[in-house]
Amino acid sequence: MSATPILRTRGITKRFGSFTANQDISVSLETGKLTAIIGPNGAGKSTFFNMISGGIAPTEGEIMFDGKSLIGLRTHEFAKAGISKSFQITNLFPALSVLENVRVAVQCLHRTFDLGTPRHRPAEWSEKAEELLELVGLQDKRHVPADSLAHGEQRSLEIAVALAGDPRLLLLDEPTAGMSPEETRAVMDLILKLLESRTIGLVEHKMKLVMGVSDSIIVLHQGSLLVQGKPDDIRANEDVKRVYLGKGNH
Amino acid sequence: MPANSARASLMQAVARAPVLATVAVLAVLPLIFPFYSLATNIIIFGLFAAGYNLTFGYTGKLSFGHAAFFGSGSYGCGILIAQYGLAWPFALVFGIVLAGVFALAMGLLASRTRGIYFAMVTLALAQCVYYLFFHASSLTGGDNGLRGVNVESIPLGFTTLNLLDPLVKYYFTLVFVAAALAVLARLLQSPFGAVLEALRENEHRARACGIDVERVRVLSLVISGMICGLAGALNAINLSTVSIDSLSYHTSGQVMMITLLGGMGTFFGPFVGSGVFLGIEHLVTSFTERWQLIVGLVFIVLVLFFPKGIWGTVLGWIRK
Repeated sequence: MSATPILRTRGITKRFGSFTANQDISVSLETGKLTAIIGPNGAGKSTFFNMISGGIAPTEGEIMFDGKSLIGLRTHEFAKAGISKSFQITNLFPALSVLENVRVAVQCLHRTFDLGTPRHRPAEWSEKAEELLELVGLQDKRHVPADSLAHGEQRSLEIAVALAGDPRLLLLDEPTAGMSPEETRAVMDLILKLLESRTIGLVEHKMKLVMGVSDSIIVLHQGSLLVQGKPDDIRANEDVKRVYLGKGNH
Repeated sequence: MPANSARASLMQAVARAPVLATVAVLAVLPLIFPFYSLATNIIIFGLFAAGYNLTFGYTGKLSFGHAAFFGSGSYGCGILIAQYGLAWPFALVFGIVLAGVFALAMGLLASRTRGIYFAMVTLALAQCVYYLFFHASSLTGGDNGLRGVNVESIPLGFTTLNLLDPLVKYYFTLVFVAAALAVLARLLQSPFGAVLEALRENEHRARACGIDVERVRVLSLVISGMICGLAGALNAINLSTVSIDSLSYHTSGQVMMITLLGGMGTFFGPFVGSGVFLGIEHLVTSFTERWQLIVGLVFIVLVLFFPKGIWGTVLGWIRK
């Protein structure tokens, strides 16, 4: 456990009016590791995920990424900083082709305000997109519109789009939601493969799924941090058993 | 089938060179349609709608304020010619720039709003521009409009263009329309064009991909405004006058209708829409003043049965 954290939160709190969705959460995601964020429904996982991925700004607290503060950055600047995310609800460019979904995402981090170059000229963007499609197993579907893909395939495309910017930190919000057991296994295999070259944060509802693969687990409960630790410690933790496992929620 | 493959390859060629195809059609238009001044109006409003289409069809933002750009382009060009006697090329460029400045201001104020709010903010700001020009009557002529935007002949060295000849005026206008369409096509094919598409498809995803959505919106509105400004400037030269109506919200509604009639998000659609709209106006006004009633009926039928517009529907058939 001597690795350095790539992302560290210090006392982040999010209030919506009088409702406190996240209260004083201080955790860290270590470089090159897979950290899972778990918790029962309503634990505040999504709020936490949105804060560290740029969707919403914390009311209080500090988020440091690779030594720099993320507070005050706008959503699109997170991608440029090296943090990329996939959404819980599939969020693609529906009418664009599978390839164009990834290609435009690759392009965005290089050039947005280029009005002159023909779009498909910088071939490396398309090549990069093709590589990513091969990685997630969608190379045969590259020319069909994204919205004609099956649910599981859309989830995979979502990951390919999130990878387009070569993020140093990849944040996935329930990447296997609604998937069959086979598809789930394929996605988990993919996640482990991606872990070889980057840091991954994963929000997951199914606790069993993350126990075997995570290096570290963050357990949230009622908007607060219950505990962060290695899977074995989490499994043995009495508080976790009480709030999470005890409910038969596995 | 050879006939089919010939048609397919023609379609491919058209798809690959939309500017060439569009300009080719517009270049022969007066030969088959001998109402030259109507044809000139059609391509000017077609260009206006093509500029509007960049905001409406390609970026997916419903604006009710594009009269501000058309009108400011008209006045910008017209005032320099009529009040200051400047050469028309400077006036034309000034009209485009002035429209761009208004578009920038409107973009900065409205780019954070969505849907109906964007429509309302653009409408309100365009009304501000209307009254600005309306009250500056020493420059603009106010309610009476601006007269004396006279560009009658253009020396080209080897010959002189006589703009009093309607056919010459048509081709003079077409040169600028073609140039603007070339810029527009280039833009749509550029990485920025890909970003606009992405933005229209899914704003949240675009943002997560690292796109500065607000800046992209502002820039696309400025370019859209400048194209509409050029259309306005050409209209001033075409009519030799600028009417305050060019800034009125009717004009904003009209360009939206033209774009919808022709097919939003299509390259040639705005010209089809302009042809149909102005054609109906021209035909129906010869026997009743209530031509808008007929246009309205056509509009309702189209929206109900051909929501992709005339050209959008035709494209759908061809691609089948």
